Amino acid sequence: MKKLIVLLLALAMVMSVAACNSKENTPATPKDTTTPEPTKAVDFTKSEGVMTYAQYDAANVDDPVTVETFVQDKQSWWDNKATIYTQDNEGAYFVYEMACSEEDYAKLVKGQKIRIKGFKADFQGEKEIADGTFEILDGNYVAPATDVTSYLGKDEIIKFQNQYVEFKGMTVAASTDADGKEVAYLYKWNGSGQEGDDLYFNVELNGATYTFTVESYLRDKDSDVYKAVKNLKVGDKIDMTGYLYWYDTVNPHIISVSIVK
Amino acid sequence: MKKIYIIILGLLCIMLTACHGKKQSISFEIPESFNENKQIELTFWAKNDTNVTQSKIYEKAAADFNKIYPNVKVNIRLYTDYGKIYNDVITNISTNTTPNVCITYPDHIATYLTGNDTVVKLDDLIKNEKYGLGGSELKFDGPKESEIVPSFLNECYIGDSIYALPFMRSTEALYINKTYVEKMGYKIPEVLTWDFVWEVSEAATKQDADGNYLVNGQKTMIPFIYKSTDNMMISMLKQLNAGYSDENGNILIFNDTTRDILKTVAEHAGSYAFSTFKISSYPGNFLNAGQCLFAIDSTAGASWMGSKAPLSDISEDKIVDFETIVKPIPQFDVNNPKMISQGPSVCIFNKQDPDVVLASWLFAQFLLTNETQIAYSQTEGYIPVTTKASGSDEYQDYINRCGEDNELYYDVKINAAKMLMDNKENTFVTPVFNGSASLRDAAGQMIENTAKAVRRKQTIDDKFMDTLFDDMMSLYHLDQISALGNDSKDLGPLPKPAIILIIALIVAWVGIIGFNLKDIIKKVYKNK
Repeated sequence: MKKLIVLLLALAMVMSVAACNSKENTPATPKDTTTPEPTKAVDFTKSEGVMTYAQYDAANVDDPVTVETFVQDKQSWWDNKATIYTQDNEGAYFVYEMACSEEDYAKLVKGQKIRIKGFKADFQGEKEIADGTFEILDGNYVAPATDVTSYLGKDEIIKFQNQYVEFKGMTVAASTDADGKEVAYLYKWNGSGQEGDDLYFNVELNGATYTFTVESYLRDKDSDVYKAVKNLKVGDKIDMTGYLYWYDTVNPHIISVSIVK
Repeated sequence: MKKIYIIILGLLCIMLTACHGKKQSISFEIPESFNENKQIELTFWAKNDTNVTQSKIYEKAAADFNKIYPNVKVNIRLYTDYGKIYNDVITNISTNTTPNVCITYPDHIATYLTGNDTVVKLDDLIKNEKYGLGGSELKFDGPKESEIVPSFLNECYIGDSIYALPFMRSTEALYINKTYVEKMGYKIPEVLTWDFVWEVSEAATKQDADGNYLVNGQKTMIPFIYKSTDNMMISMLKQLNAGYSDENGNILIFNDTTRDILKTVAEHAGSYAFSTFKISSYPGNFLNAGQCLFAIDSTAGASWMGSKAPLSDISEDKIVDFETIVKPIPQFDVNNPKMISQGPSVCIFNKQDPDVVLASWLFAQFLLTNETQIAYSQTEGYIPVTTKASGSDEYQDYINRCGEDNELYYDVKINAAKMLMDNKENTFVTPVFNGSASLRDAAGQMIENTAKAVRRKQTIDDKFMDTLFDDMMSLYHLDQISALGNDSKDLGPLPKPAIILIIALIVAWVGIIGFNLKDIIKKVYKNK
């Protein structure tokens, strides 16, 4: 009898623990996506009816678009909508608030091939796929970083929009904070934010200044890049990798930074 | 040994049952006196308009409050989006980690109230002789209840109770590129009609053979951009005296007037005479670049509007020179204008410790002192919520110096505030109930979806509207909302896992009681 009671109590406890463990409805924090084993030969063949990057690029805003592409990074998931960076061997596609369950969001690992149907949109010069839906396909591809340092300040840089890119040998320039002091970075673009908000910092190359960002949904305050940028000093020479986001002009969302010795 | 296992398992079961069910209600009672010897740390979730000065005013208020009450430290978490605060509060209610003081909208509070005693009712606090508004024990010069603009205070009622204090008030304004509109041959009336705005906007879509717009000579022109499409729908319905919702939480928005509004939106979105923030970006960015004639945004965004605006989100080389004027939003009846009343309110969350709640209340009141009210209202086209502040010499001097510079006295900003003051009687708010925030979202989404659909070559007809209405009803659960947050609506049968859990817990308890009872009986018999 005692054994039976023990068993019953143990069962009740296990069930209680399981029920207590129910998932909170909190936004998923984007973490570094798991990189699957690289495949030797990537098949970039497009299925019938799927656009090439050139066709996508030529499409007008509000045109329906269908692309097959590979997840490179995840920016955010909330309310069954995912925002991700994707790229194939021809170009990159920023996908804004694509319909996506939390369960499916977990399947969007780095390199994962997907087909997206949506509409071309433009937000302050940033070309994106809006109101998209997607399906998982076989295949994976992780894009290498393209060095676009020499394109900074040139119109041609737009052809790399949203791609995974790198910048080399740039110098941290001063930003002016809310108190008029010169600092290496700001919380939000005008210094009105605080820890956890996007970080903005200026970098210089050949006398021209560019603003780079650590987008806090893409890499939050606990990420290496967020912490590294907070340790930068004006005058530091740095290399960076990130995605070539656009807001009126080039505004890279960086995911790594290293000081050049 | 077996007994120990049984006792441990029993205890664990008891502890785990605490994880379930409704949260314990904490009923707040006002302490006799505020304990100034107890160290209290408050969290204040504040909203600013990406405006450094506003952040500094919050920080100064927290620091000044700490000087008056050294035992109370206020930690500020800054937000720039009401929606984000709302989402975070909802998430934190479930973990009982809400802030102490929070900038909010009454619509949002109605949802927060689905938690038991989550937000503190302020009725008794406001009238408390010692710590209420103008109370005898306050260590600062706060406003009396009679010094808060009554209509603003009334906006903070949900049902028969008041759950917030107004903090700032604003409305929407129509910011106009006067230079371009007049260049097109139009004379801008005192109050614009929707027909006028649509007509001029359509005229501004004319391009030359190279695709340059005639009005600005640029490749880009979106004549009319509305920032907040939920307000657009709500204001149009109000102006037309059409249904939106009522105090009982009845959803009235799915009506023929809404269909007509959406057809008008489709007509002008289809010709690219009209767009929205969600589709195109901030109206001010296009206005300042000479790429928009009519930009509707909050008066709380006035510092970003106009070619001489002190704040800007676009590079200087893109800004063009023109004259900006501020008008009320377009009207259907210019003799009976209607515009929404909006702006932050402040609520306090209930906690176990009454001293903490009282400290929260004191800080919330402190935000209504003249110093904070005047300083914050000057950051944007806000107006103070107290007559004590708006009637002060300091504030009147500020208003009278309109246009003296393009910073503190920036004319567009002060004119936006003046426009609201002149139209205080013409403002309205929508009924608040659990679900009113969702209805507001749906109102805006209908405009967004219609604008996008027409551009994506969909036919906007009654079939489209029927589907749109159904989608909104289902997406925003509008068929499941209720009049008050903490009602006793029938939620249907319990889900299976809950039933299994309850049965398991009952079995466990029966086992524990039975086992112990057996022991007790044995002992009783032994003792005999």
